[in-house]
Amino acid sequence: MDKYAVQLVNISKSFPGVQALKDVTFTLKEGEVKALVGENGAGKSTLIKILTGAYVPDKGEIYVFGKKVERMTPIISENLGISAVYQNLVLAPHLTVAENIVLGSEPRKMRIFVNKSKMLEKARKVLAEVGYENIIDPNEKLGNLPVAQQGIVAIARALSRKAKVVIFDEPTAVLAKRETEELFRIIKDLKERGVSVIYISHRLEEIFEICDTVYVSKDGKFVGEMPVSETDEDKLISMMVGRKLRKEIYAKRNIGNVVLEVENIKNKKLKGCSFFMREGEIVGLYGLVGSGRTELARAIFGADPIEEGKIQMEGKPVHVKSPSHAIKASLALVPEDRRRHGLALKLSVRDNINLPIYKHISRLSVINHFMERSIANDFVKKLRIKTPSISTIVMHLSGGNQQKVVIAKWLASKSKIFIMDEPTNGIDVGAKEEIYHLMNELASEGAAILFISSYMPELMGICDRILVMRDGKIVGDVPREEMTEEKLLTLAIKEKNGEVSVNE
Amino acid sequence: MNNKKNRKFTFNTQIVLLLIVTALWVFLSISSSYFLTYENIANIMRQMAIQGILAVGEVVVIITAGIDLSVGSVVALVNIIMSKMVVSGTPIWISILSVLALSTGIGLVNGVVIYDMRVPAFIATLGMMTIARGATLLISNGSNVFGLPRSLATFASGSFLGIPNLFWFLLLTVVAIEFMLRNTTFGKYIYALGSNPEAARLSGVNLRLVTYGVYALAGFLWGLGGVLETSRLWMGVPTTGTGYELDAIAAAVLGGASLFGAEGNAIGAFFGALVMITIYNGAVLLNINPFWQRILVGIIVIVTVAIDQIRKRRET
Repeated sequence: MDKYAVQLVNISKSFPGVQALKDVTFTLKEGEVKALVGENGAGKSTLIKILTGAYVPDKGEIYVFGKKVERMTPIISENLGISAVYQNLVLAPHLTVAENIVLGSEPRKMRIFVNKSKMLEKARKVLAEVGYENIIDPNEKLGNLPVAQQGIVAIARALSRKAKVVIFDEPTAVLAKRETEELFRIIKDLKERGVSVIYISHRLEEIFEICDTVYVSKDGKFVGEMPVSETDEDKLISMMVGRKLRKEIYAKRNIGNVVLEVENIKNKKLKGCSFFMREGEIVGLYGLVGSGRTELARAIFGADPIEEGKIQMEGKPVHVKSPSHAIKASLALVPEDRRRHGLALKLSVRDNINLPIYKHISRLSVINHFMERSIANDFVKKLRIKTPSISTIVMHLSGGNQQKVVIAKWLASKSKIFIMDEPTNGIDVGAKEEIYHLMNELASEGAAILFISSYMPELMGICDRILVMRDGKIVGDVPREEMTEEKLLTLAIKEKNGEVSVNE
Repeated sequence: MNNKKNRKFTFNTQIVLLLIVTALWVFLSISSSYFLTYENIANIMRQMAIQGILAVGEVVVIITAGIDLSVGSVVALVNIIMSKMVVSGTPIWISILSVLALSTGIGLVNGVVIYDMRVPAFIATLGMMTIARGATLLISNGSNVFGLPRSLATFASGSFLGIPNLFWFLLLTVVAIEFMLRNTTFGKYIYALGSNPEAARLSGVNLRLVTYGVYALAGFLWGLGGVLETSRLWMGVPTTGTGYELDAIAAAVLGGASLFGAEGNAIGAFFGALVMITIYNGAVLLNINPFWQRILVGIIVIVTVAIDQIRKRRET
């Protein structure tokens, strides 16, 4: 019988408002290359973080090479030979390549000094192992390398730990074609040496190229597992989808004229996006993490620069140079990360709601406190924001109520076009439904809403159309009658010509 | 959450501060019969005026999560230039307007360097601190400027309605800045910038103008401090103002300002300055070695902020 490198047994983990993993069992044999696939929010990252000790599971057992680990920590995990390469590289850009490779396990001289020559030797050896000895200089500052080569350094670092289990979390997201091929060669090499690999990727074609088995999860639960030879992309996609929202939330609305038209806008992250929105319409925007959804939202709102392309509002071209231009044009942005971008957490509910409209409720820049308070009170009542008073500091509210404060801010400024980036992220079920109702209400009153979400059921539940993004482009515009999860996910994942997609 | 538990622990910064001031005043009135006399209190007011104005300016900057270290050297620069101008025969009011314009301009430059060149406020104003001090020494050639008209000194020692003239300026500053912070759009933007610049920007706040405004306003107050300092010293002293920035920051922080931004107000800074001046004044009355004063102030600053941090940790 095969020996197991890793066994995670009946693992559960929840965060405020979400059950990230529910009774999941995951095993990995020695020398096996196993793919871990699932939609955003399927619990892949949580599972990996439990294995590397970054999260402590609420329930469940962890065995590594047959031995039970009572309490996993990042240090124990590394000592057991588990090493991870993350999508957003966790390296120190100011240190040299060699310093990054040995960081945390530097060869010593007299115990306290770093043995520089040994360090370089070690770095050269590992770089040679991955075939980059003449391409990457170990003395170079990491930050000076192209991102793809930084990815190689991250891989080299993982290998230098004599890892017995290597986890790749979306490694090809930052790699160019050459590095991707190199990575595949490295993985095959690791397998021959008996190292086990967990490979996470949205790019299904890669999985068929290098993995032995594939493990599918959905909504934090195990769905199925099989050798890659016994399945294909379509089968995997149909396993990854297929959920239902408990309630149908769609409301028939009157759809009016086009209010926003975006033509072929481009910047660093966007490679040409065109779409339009009409009065009273809720338009979904679906795409996997890294597809450029948030970047599109920020570009339209003037938060990030647009290098090319046109935006028209109500038929007239507009130049949205900064958020204040966008706000003047009645645009509103409910940002993805409300704590970082949406709220001044140390200020009160009242101050946050009124922040964009202070100009309008003041005379000679002296604020009309009566209006300030009555506006805040109105929206607290209207959106049922649960707060002891309007002067409560926003930091002390729950996630759902914080989100309502962000929305109230834009209602107060009488916006007509709302861009909502993951508005239901991290808030509980009841608050989610209230937000859906609010969106329906807004749209019925003539607002246009761009609803960005990773969660297909909510998009399909409420949207008139769903736009799909992949690699910085809008690749689909699916009307309500044609919405199926398979269709959306296929658009979001599959390349038309079946090639491995690379970021040059 | 466990709100009830927190209610019991109601020591906020201002209350702690008020307790300290009261304790100090009670202690000093018992130990020195001179302490509660009109002369001594007027004296405290005079000493406090300039430091208080500087503390109020500093608090505005600190609310934006910034800092201004150029305080003391701008005071000295204003002191020297105003003295030179007046001595060379320029009318006093023109001299005052010129130095106020200069100091406001210096503040504006700080704002430009911080916002447009993305230099951290600490570094930008540290540079300005050195530049202004250098310019002061250059202009004065390192020596004091004498020969200012008597009227300037009389103004500093004079009173209006029984309250020293200088102190009126402090009261005016506190009221004006407190009003601005509470009731104007600019005031709200200052707090928003300090709490979360990105959220403020995405709410349409023009961060550039707010940053310029804050540092220019601070510069104006340094100028006002410098003008009052000139009147009080009755001469130009190129080394004056040394360490004022630290006193201003200490008073602001004592008054509840958080260096992480979005917290603090002008009234707090006023009481912060009052605590410090009381200690300085009391130490003189009690014949304590003046070197102890600084040690005491240092301890009080650290203890007050530590209490504040503990309180906040319990809240969240």
